Amino acid sequence: MAEKQHLLTVQDLRTYFYTRVGVVKAVDGVSFHLDAGEALGMVGESGCGKSVTCHSIVRLLPPAGSHIVGGKILFEGDDLVQKKEREMKRWRGKQIGMILQDPLVSLNPVHTIERQVGEAIRLDNRRQNKGFIRQKVIAMLERVMIPSAKLRLSQYPFQFSGGMRQRVLAAISLARQPKLIIADEPTTALDVTIQDQFLRLLKELQRQYGLALLLVTHDLGLVAETCDRVAVMYAGRIVETGSVEKVFDDPAHPYTRALMMALPELETKKKRLYQIQGEPPSLLNPPSGCSFSPRCSEVMEICRKEYPPSMPTEAGGVAACWLWANRSD
Amino acid sequence: MSETPSYRGVWPTIKRLPLLPALLLMPILLFGTLGPLFYSHDPVAMNPAHSMQPPYLFGGQASYFLGTDHLGRDVYSKIVEGARASLVVAVTGVLLAGVLGIFLGMVAGYFGGWIDEVIMRIVDIQMSIPAILLTILISAALGGGLITITICVALVFWTQYARIIRGETLSIKEREFVLLARMAGCGTGRMFVRHIMPNLVSTSTVVATLQLGRAIIIEASITFLGLGIQPPKTAWGLMMAEGRMYLSTAWWLPAFAGFAIVITVLGANMMGDWIRDRLDPKLKQL
Amino acid sequence: MEPLLDIQGLTKHFFIPANGFLRRGYSTLKAVDGVSFSVAKGTCFGIAGESGSGKTTINKLILLAEKPTAGKILFESKDITAFNRQEIIWYRTRVQPVFQDASSSLDPNMRIIDIVSEPLDIQQKEIPRRAILLKAQEILRLVGIGPESLRKYPHELSGGQKQRVAIARAIILDPALVILDEPVSALDVSIRAQILNLLADIQEQRHLTYLVIAHDLAMLRQITTHVAVMYLGKIMETGETEQVFDHPSHPYTKGLLQAVPRSKPGQRKERPALYGEIPDPLNPPMGCRFGPRCEHRIQGCDELDPPLMRVAEGHFVACARFPEGGTP
Repeated sequence: MAEKQHLLTVQDLRTYFYTRVGVVKAVDGVSFHLDAGEALGMVGESGCGKSVTCHSIVRLLPPAGSHIVGGKILFEGDDLVQKKEREMKRWRGKQIGMILQDPLVSLNPVHTIERQVGEAIRLDNRRQNKGFIRQKVIAMLERVMIPSAKLRLSQYPFQFSGGMRQRVLAAISLARQPKLIIADEPTTALDVTIQDQFLRLLKELQRQYGLALLLVTHDLGLVAETCDRVAVMYAGRIVETGSVEKVFDDPAHPYTRALMMALPELETKKKRLYQIQGEPPSLLNPPSGCSFSPRCSEVMEICRKEYPPSMPTEAGGVAACWLWANRSD
Repeated sequence: MSETPSYRGVWPTIKRLPLLPALLLMPILLFGTLGPLFYSHDPVAMNPAHSMQPPYLFGGQASYFLGTDHLGRDVYSKIVEGARASLVVAVTGVLLAGVLGIFLGMVAGYFGGWIDEVIMRIVDIQMSIPAILLTILISAALGGGLITITICVALVFWTQYARIIRGETLSIKEREFVLLARMAGCGTGRMFVRHIMPNLVSTSTVVATLQLGRAIIIEASITFLGLGIQPPKTAWGLMMAEGRMYLSTAWWLPAFAGFAIVITVLGANMMGDWIRDRLDPKLKQL
Repeated sequence: MEPLLDIQGLTKHFFIPANGFLRRGYSTLKAVDGVSFSVAKGTCFGIAGESGSGKTTINKLILLAEKPTAGKILFESKDITAFNRQEIIWYRTRVQPVFQDASSSLDPNMRIIDIVSEPLDIQQKEIPRRAILLKAQEILRLVGIGPESLRKYPHELSGGQKQRVAIARAIILDPALVILDEPVSALDVSIRAQILNLLADIQEQRHLTYLVIAHDLAMLRQITTHVAVMYLGKIMETGETEQVFDHPSHPYTKGLLQAVPRSKPGQRKERPALYGEIPDPLNPPMGCRFGPRCEHRIQGCDELDPPLMRVAEGHFVACARFPEGGTP
């Protein structure tokens, strides 16, 4: 029985950075998949490799010193790792859109909003005249709920608030009707009430367009509210995957569990926050065996020797932990 | 340090070291400090019998490797001698400029207000006077010689220091550790010495090394105009001035001095770039 | 018993030159507009707010980095805005800040032991250097920095360690009040718990009082005893943390709490918690500042700026729907 092809399948992706002081294994064997209409949350702390994974997918890594050294990125069956740079234009923007963290940096401060959104639209409508493009820009801006869109066409990014700018970015990335949107910490710079509005909009647009959404964030709550599935990353690898309900209800991996216990909750004051001992590992000199072993409360001998394989969990997800490997025997 | 990652090889590591600039700066450093060891002849001794000899490779004698000038003095030895003057003037001049410029820039940036206004006006006024005019005025007042020319160099360059250091101080002032030091009761003097100045070191060093090249050029220009070092002492600029008349007949008189200036300034600039890239890449626009 | 810190009608207006090439005339930015609250000794008072709320300005005012336009700041019943130089020096030993960015708070050219001992060096010159260093070492041990790190420079430490050093430096003079501005938001999520627990421990051990300024509501719930919610320069609601979080009365507080993402899936709300944007602080709405975004607007909301009214013991709300001591 042939397996249904996913929209995006990442298989054993490895991206390394070559620096003056050594090799940084930013992404070291990451595998996951995403289907149309689905929202996957990639969650982890700084340095876990989630941003590098996103940049690897669209092949926008910094030119000097970083390479995808292994693995496949299959988008509708095409392996993007093998594509040459000039071929990537077919996917970037057109099939895969990106929304990044800081809209102030992503938008050109000296171009009007009309021009920036229009540029994206024009890429698919080269023969059309200005009026046609303008109508499309207005339609797009209204789609992302920017009030008085017509009047704001000639404004510049600095005249928009943070939340509005983020919506403009969403408009630009959706203008070409991609199949997948990668959003890398899209709301970190926004106030919580604006973040709430924006995410709601993103979900609505996902529903309207039938998009696949890859949401990268460090905020577990965001993932719980916005995504269907979650992949927890630590030190360059995915340590747990599963449906959001199951993983949040009963996390399988000790890191996920520890993280949830360490976070303060809005509803109640905990007696004391659970403290994960130690610090996130250095990617230059990762610990031997499981990268979480130095900090794990349930560490066993084998954890320090060998990296655990990804094993299915009771809840139907996948966890890379020796605790689960033993159980399935 | 320099552990070579195995996948990289040895060549890129060598490329990272500033070998070329160091090589270019070797002559002035060696000649300038250990001058007399390198003389082949006494640079001052005149020997009219051997005047206007071309360099060895162009038909002259081996003992006068780079030829002789119109008074029979060995060009090579004069270059060695001249290196010392250039080195002393450039380094001392830049140091003096640094002391003055850093102090005033720091005070202007830290206190702001009218102190800042006054200092910056002085900087503006001085910067609107062309360097050559400035040096002529000072030489007229103080006479020629090594000290005068050093003062000229210092006065030309302090303004650039002042501006850059003022900007650095402004940004350091905003950093939280300065506010915290004030909240611990830190007085102004202690603030400058313990907190502000140590954080200015990398910027100051970068500016100084980039200035050295320009300082040598200024010194050469001033001497060329006859305002600086006077004969019988020699300097590269002076050699070029003296040899100007013989450009078509005895080209080696000015040419080698000019060449020495070029490679030294090039070396200083490249070294300055390398130091800047290591210490403070933000200053790339310099 | 009198409160440690008593803010009365604190106001700070900034005068911004108008737009346009010639910049004629000024607009008034009312960053803080008539704020009053008090902090009792031994408590942890939180100020919550989004951008433009004025919470950062309040921090600067209390630290005397800015002068208020109007109002009083009473510390141990003394008005700090009227202090002379001597008194300011005294005040600065009693109130110490901890900032968000630990990297910026530590002088990159000083060793850890020197950074932490500097306040003692300056304030207590008569104590021999050895004793000062010993005390610094002890405080560092208290915050979890061991002797092997004493001679290191800040860039050799991790983010969490740097923040610990910043905390050590803040408490070495034995202050009465520590003001924390976003103390953990720049840190990795798994490190935050360590720092928050540390702060709770030292508060108890050293009988400190905290004023915490942050936007992370879950964090505030965890560590504060009292909280004030600010919007566009005014306090909308204030009271004991439990009270305000469990029974939010002001529509803004309710919206804010609703907007925070929860870690319990399946609670996807249908509509956004709050519509609209935070208005331009240079042009705040007439009457109640929250009016334009409020679902419960009534007659008079756009005319009258409601003062804080009591709704329960120790619980105050600035909303026209809550006359004194009543429920709507």
